Amino acid sequence: MRKLMTGNSAVSHGVVLSRAQVISAYPITPQTTIVEELSEMCADGRLPAKFIRVESEHSAMACVAAAAATGARVFTATSSHGLAYMHEMLHWVSGTRLPVVMVNANRAIGAPWSIWCDQGDSLSQRDTGWLQLYCQSAQEALDTVIQAYRIAEEILLPVMVLVDGFFLSHTSEPVDIPDQEAVDRFLPPFHPRYKLTPDDPHTFNIMADTSLFISFRHEAQIAMETAKKLAARVDREFKSQFGRGYGLMEKFRCTDAEVVLLTMGTAAGTAREVIDQYRRQGKKVGLCRLRLFRPFPAEALIKTLSGMKKVAVLDRDNSLGAGGIVGQELKAALFRAPRKPKVFEFIAGLGGKDITPETIQKIMETTLHNANPNGAPIWLGVEA
Amino acid sequence: MNAKELLNEYLHSGHGCCPGCAMPIVMRTAFQALGERTIAVITAGCFGTISGTFPTSPIKLAAYNTPFASAGAAASGVRAALDVLGDTTTTVLAVAGDGGTFDIGIQAVSAAAERNDDYIYICYDNEAYMNTGIQRSSATPWGAWTTTTPPANLKSQPKKDIVRIMAAHRVPYAATASIAYPDDFIRKIRKAKETRGFKFIYAFSPCPVGWRFSSELTIRLARLAVQTKVFPLYEVEDGERYILNEEPEGTPVSDYLKPQGRFGFLREGDLERIQENVDREWQRLMHRMESRPT
Repeated sequence: MRKLMTGNSAVSHGVVLSRAQVISAYPITPQTTIVEELSEMCADGRLPAKFIRVESEHSAMACVAAAAATGARVFTATSSHGLAYMHEMLHWVSGTRLPVVMVNANRAIGAPWSIWCDQGDSLSQRDTGWLQLYCQSAQEALDTVIQAYRIAEEILLPVMVLVDGFFLSHTSEPVDIPDQEAVDRFLPPFHPRYKLTPDDPHTFNIMADTSLFISFRHEAQIAMETAKKLAARVDREFKSQFGRGYGLMEKFRCTDAEVVLLTMGTAAGTAREVIDQYRRQGKKVGLCRLRLFRPFPAEALIKTLSGMKKVAVLDRDNSLGAGGIVGQELKAALFRAPRKPKVFEFIAGLGGKDITPETIQKIMETTLHNANPNGAPIWLGVEA
Repeated sequence: MNAKELLNEYLHSGHGCCPGCAMPIVMRTAFQALGERTIAVITAGCFGTISGTFPTSPIKLAAYNTPFASAGAAASGVRAALDVLGDTTTTVLAVAGDGGTFDIGIQAVSAAAERNDDYIYICYDNEAYMNTGIQRSSATPWGAWTTTTPPANLKSQPKKDIVRIMAAHRVPYAATASIAYPDDFIRKIRKAKETRGFKFIYAFSPCPVGWRFSSELTIRLARLAVQTKVFPLYEVEDGERYILNEEPEGTPVSDYLKPQGRFGFLREGDLERIQENVDREWQRLMHRMESRPT
């Protein structure tokens, strides 16, 4: 069934199709309409789940974490300050190896206040042990939620699905809603090996002494590495069943490209148009939209970018004192590459500043017409 | 509870509690009264930190440790998951100290109480952050020494009235409990188990290390706290029906304070002031008992 819906509504439908059993959330712009719709779906019986209306995001994550430990498939959604408020619990969930799925509608973190899009909120949680999948369309958001449960429950790590605030969360587009039976075949019920039950009592998260803690972290690291292949496999299976796949990254006109633009989220939609314009002028340029950011698919990126002359990285975030986070990660990955492209870094679109075709053109012009990057990332859209 | 039931042990040796600590008695009694079909949600604090080291656990119940501020929310998650999976009979028990209840955890506890989620919340109150080494909490009584209220700057505020706070949420059941009155303690735990909705059990938990008393005096101090009216034993049903469970002898409060080194820095007149405060609080409690609706 095809239906016109917003990115947030597509997420809600993905959660219903995934048969989430316990949902707990606290409203925050621009995520709110996800949990509003899910509240209605729970109330009218479309989703037979328990919905717990908590008093904070910290409690939302604590609540779904404990529910997942008890053996329920769980969901929550947040944005920005809400995600930051969850920070302690994000670590706890991955440490407990709980398959929690969360959608974060990307929004800048204050101060000053901003309700508008950038990806600094989720990227600043990159070390919390969550997989991160960045979406470009409402369809991809729905599909990725379903994929996220398959990945999370197989590898026992939490998955964060990212949608750009307003640009994706609140804009409508036609979305194909898969049949429930097909989703059920793709995503079987959640039956964890260990759960909280009086029938087989265990203590979860008891103190690990100095000889053991590092082993828990090492196991999680191995799982994270494995998750790269798993995410790719789950996406391939999804494609074979539903006819849509996205890969760990989406490559557009990259085959013979000499200069590639690398970015995440909705900016890639705008960039695609600009890349086409350059192609019409005979310029060998391409676009790589990174979908899986954690675990960082370093090998796949090296394979894609080795041999290219230049990469322009568009970061919709900035780590103060260091630069764009995608740019940093890419440079670290390329250190191992046999043939390294030159990396041009750009910061744009913070706090909802529009990334227009002109923004992308500036990035491409700078990258095409300079032999080398000038060191520091170039900021676009800063008012004088 | 009969002798046979006492053989059902759910808190074994191997925990790291200090000699004379009241908290393992609180937990052991609660676990025994609840039985094996119980899932415990434990926060940071004395019980969370010293109840065993991986891969061994002294707790013979399904138990889940959750960060400090989150007992109230995590227990709601366990309850919801059990319900949605079709298990409506297993008891969910949240366990937190005074820090995890009065202070860092009060937001999540208040929210769960307001939602009237169906579980038992036990607060073991040792009247300071004991696990980190005796720092004042909002449960620390007036005039007490802690490492953050040194002799020159003793705690100069009364403790929060946590039972009134919880009763103000109109929860179905709230009760104070003391290990010096085990029959009353067990009866209250069982009453909580049989009551649907949010139940709050407030257990007094003397701490020899933090209160500076000799470790064999734990039960005696717990009893003195009741008999001096410092810690009255009572229940509150639906936030308004107050029931007194033990008529105190009215022992002078100095009998309770003197064995405790933490009250060793009181100045002239402070003892009288504490007695006056205890008497005034008792009068207020009696007023709530009398004005209860029938």
